[in-house]
Amino acid sequence: MKPAALEPLTLNAVRLLRRHGHWLLLVSLLAALAAWQILVTLAKLPAFILPSPVQVAARFWAALTDGSLLRHTFYTLSEVIAGLLAGSLLATLLGYGLARSHTLERLLSPYLVASQAIPIVAVAPLLVIWFGPGMFSKVLICALIVFFPVLVNTVVGLRAVPDNLRDLMRAMRATRLQTLRHLEIPAALPVFLGGLRIGATLSVIGAVVGEFVGSDRGLGFLINVARGQYDTALVFAAIFTLIVLALALYGLVILLELRLLRYQHAPRPEAPR
Amino acid sequence: MKAALDLPVCCDEAPPAGSPRDCAVLKVNHLSLTFPGEREGLRAVEDLTFELREQEFVCVLGPSGSGKSTLVRVLAGLLRPTSGSVHFAPLRGEGRPPRVGVVFQQANLMPWRTVVENITLPLELQGVPLEAARQQAAEMVELIGLQGFEDTWPRDLSGGMAQRVALARALVQDPDLLLLDEPFGALDALTRERMGGELLRLWQARQKTVLMVTHSISEALLLSDRVLVLTARPGRLALDLTVNLPRPRDEEMRYTAPFGELARRLRAAIV
Repeated sequence: MKPAALEPLTLNAVRLLRRHGHWLLLVSLLAALAAWQILVTLAKLPAFILPSPVQVAARFWAALTDGSLLRHTFYTLSEVIAGLLAGSLLATLLGYGLARSHTLERLLSPYLVASQAIPIVAVAPLLVIWFGPGMFSKVLICALIVFFPVLVNTVVGLRAVPDNLRDLMRAMRATRLQTLRHLEIPAALPVFLGGLRIGATLSVIGAVVGEFVGSDRGLGFLINVARGQYDTALVFAAIFTLIVLALALYGLVILLELRLLRYQHAPRPEAPR
Repeated sequence: MKAALDLPVCCDEAPPAGSPRDCAVLKVNHLSLTFPGEREGLRAVEDLTFELREQEFVCVLGPSGSGKSTLVRVLAGLLRPTSGSVHFAPLRGEGRPPRVGVVFQQANLMPWRTVVENITLPLELQGVPLEAARQQAAEMVELIGLQGFEDTWPRDLSGGMAQRVALARALVQDPDLLLLDEPFGALDALTRERMGGELLRLWQARQKTVLMVTHSISEALLLSDRVLVLTARPGRLALDLTVNLPRPRDEEMRYTAPFGELARRLRAAIV
């Protein structure tokens, strides 16, 4: 399972960053910026092909101070969050149904798999035609792209609830609802959160795809306009904003994990000496 | 499994305070269970009839595949018998479903709950307020000698400690019957011996009716009042042996003549 394999890597990165984080991060960032600046200077690239970091920073600052960058960012962020919430909520509910009922799974899984075979980029124009260029069609695209990984992880998480713990709950005469609350939800949570982590970054992609297809606001729209005007520095500024957005959402889910899955991440007690 | 509370069991009126009643808490009548399968299916247990008296400690011995665990799962309400019945005596008020505490070979603790939270789980399920539940759990923690580990996560417990928490969880709800399915089977020999003594102490402190499945003849003799021996598949009752060794018992007892005699009879009955 992909998210499970990702887990140790990400958490190791988190631990590494915690320990010597600030130094390592700073050094690698500075090195990358320096390399970029050197490349632009040596190759004598024009700004509309590759602007230098200084030019990008200046353009970023200008867009930030005239308020346009924040406006577009806020618009995109709203789409991303609304889509993430709607998509993962629906996926969780349907995932619970699929995990519980094999009939439902057999009925729906062909459509679910087929829906994943269609690239979201191909469906996006259709959704914009049907639901207009406003925010709703973007939220829908985000929700669609988030839906599948969260659904799969919900089903996998619920199916992986150990049988012996189910027996235990039954022997204690737990009701359906009690079993859900005290066993199924906490047991499925680690895998579910892995799906949410993937969904969070995918949602950002969904919003940009939607805005490319048809929108008059948002960071995707901003990139499109800047490209038309050969304002490549602004394209870079928008891309960096998107990266920060995706990282922030990803980090938020990781924080959620560290909080909800304390039993996995809490430091072990010191071995007795 | 529906426990039929309306059927006559030997004593329906409360016993004099403090004295155990010499009567059945549990009656198992011609219990058979066949798992569906090819042709006639797998006959796990067949025509088992026995009673458990209040505060009695009974061990079930038998070769692998004699349906010992199936019996436990039927009594725990996890499996429905194919025929025959299980009746619990009406205890402490009519109409209340019987409470059964189960400990399996694995501790089966919820990894997302601390030691105390694992012990409060059955109480929470019964709707006991959390504060009261925590208080009862704290008493259990003391009884099993795990003070200081209240807020430890299960992954940080040793096998023996985890199994003690599982015992505490089964006992905290004050069960009418305590079912132990090879509870020490996954532990090393030394821990196992110590846990046997621990279990005796808990049993004496809490005055429970216990049915315990084990593979070990000496464990059965050291712990129980009676030993039921099951035959190989399908499990039928081969021997119902009363263990009249004096209590308290200790490891030294293994080397006495009466112990050897009982062990010999048990050994002979296990085919």
